[in-house]
Amino acid sequence: MARELWRKAAIVGIAQSGFSKNIGRSERSLAVEVVRNALAEAGLAPEDVDGLVRFDLENTTEAEIARNLGIPNLRFFAEVGYGGGGGCATLSLAAMAVESGRAEVVVCWRARNRGSGGRPWAGTRMEVGGDQQWYIPWGLVRPVDQIAMLAARHMHEFGTTSEQFGAVAVAFRKHAQRNPHAMMRDPMTIEDHQNSRMISEPLRKFDCCLETDGALAVVVTTPERARNLKQRPVAILGAAQGMGPDHVVMANYHKERFLETPSLFAAREVYAQAGVEPRDIDCAQWYDAFTPLVILSLEEYGFCKPGEGGPFSENGRLEWPDGALPSNTSGGGLSEAYVHGFNLILEGVRQMRGTSTCQVEDAELCLVTSGGGVPTSAAILART
Amino acid sequence: MSISEAALLPPVPVPDEVSRPFWDGCRRKELLMQRCASCQRYRFHPREMCPHCRSMAAEWRPVSGRGLIFSKVVCHPPVLPAFQDRVPYAVVLVELEEDPNLRLVGNVLDVPPDRVRIGSPVHVAFQEISEEITLPQWRLA
Ligand SMILES: [Zn+2]
Repeated sequence: MARELWRKAAIVGIAQSGFSKNIGRSERSLAVEVVRNALAEAGLAPEDVDGLVRFDLENTTEAEIARNLGIPNLRFFAEVGYGGGGGCATLSLAAMAVESGRAEVVVCWRARNRGSGGRPWAGTRMEVGGDQQWYIPWGLVRPVDQIAMLAARHMHEFGTTSEQFGAVAVAFRKHAQRNPHAMMRDPMTIEDHQNSRMISEPLRKFDCCLETDGALAVVVTTPERARNLKQRPVAILGAAQGMGPDHVVMANYHKERFLETPSLFAAREVYAQAGVEPRDIDCAQWYDAFTPLVILSLEEYGFCKPGEGGPFSENGRLEWPDGALPSNTSGGGLSEAYVHGFNLILEGVRQMRGTSTCQVEDAELCLVTSGGGVPTSAAILART
Repeated sequence: MSISEAALLPPVPVPDEVSRPFWDGCRRKELLMQRCASCQRYRFHPREMCPHCRSMAAEWRPVSGRGLIFSKVVCHPPVLPAFQDRVPYAVVLVELEEDPNLRLVGNVLDVPPDRVRIGSPVHVAFQEISEEITLPQWRLA
């Protein structure tokens, strides 16, 4: 029944810019272009759009999109917080809007010049208040440091190894090699991973995602409207958010179960909505800003027991075509592009359309996850 | 002070209404943790309300300053200019003996990063970084 409920929303159009370290154009120019192109891909016109959903960190506003595209009226517009945690939450809001009739055609997008635009942490203020007063002054400044604190504890408790983090990076790189749009297409071995320099021990350079300029958009509408458009619709079977107890953004160190992340809560909710279990999932697109987030997610989304994410990632289990769970089949944030995880959503759509460059045969369900270490979201997409 | 000189100073915490007793305690070389005045449970980060009994009555209790290193990272470049002369430097999470849910971010003073290990006992040390602010830091016990 949950399945029927969520068959009330579908993704009908996608578009992306190129991905590069310095794309030489403004975020706004990228944003308006991908929104226009996603609508064209769907066979819809800007006049059909009545809803927009964006990240709260997005620099282009709904008004700017609407003004550029000549959208006559928006009757639904919303923003999702918490950085990379917001990706699948944009789908959740869009799906709720079209299901409830608050809107009929909703576009979600992310445009970010993170490659040329500098590292947000480099702009850390000289005086820090709020939650930051409890970790920045001691030099725990970069996202990689904040996630490395979880990784080090996971290694200590469960014997997880750096080579197991490496197995994640190597698997995703293999997939990127088949994707002409991926930024990193050179082969990578575990040895290459081990030889990459330390950034925040235990994490190395190749445990970290790329720094990318780029933009992507998806179009969400009702199944009725979806039927007569240009693309095979992809159903949003579930789209959920989660936070969990005692949450501190990024430095989430002060709850009873240290290694529990918001993903555990998004997982429960997204499976319940979709009415499916982990063993039903054919492929996954994991939020991979840092490799240990994938290992934690494998556990929290129920593909292995707590503590077993390290061994699970080995022996090609995450690799297309023969692995048990082909993951990040376009290369993910580690090797395709890092656009706050939004490219993971588009790869999920391609898998469900049957058009991925690492197409999982007969794939019917794809799990897509968003930011780890922050209030997060997840979606289960289905072939129609 | 020029802008470039300012960039070489580490970011300083700005006490607020809720956190001020903690920072005032540090300045007196006392480690205080916030505790619910109604159900007596500790909480960190400090906040307005007890998440267990929803009382808004809180008190600040001196704690022993003893704990164990719960997790540890070692930061390598690129880092903020203010931390550049320390690299590679360790940042730890210390679990206080009063309550395993009280975990403080800090540095272990006067030892190289490879001598800092998860599970090692530490005790608090205070490091004055400005007239207003003293940071709680740690030494191997
Ligand atoms: Zn209480």
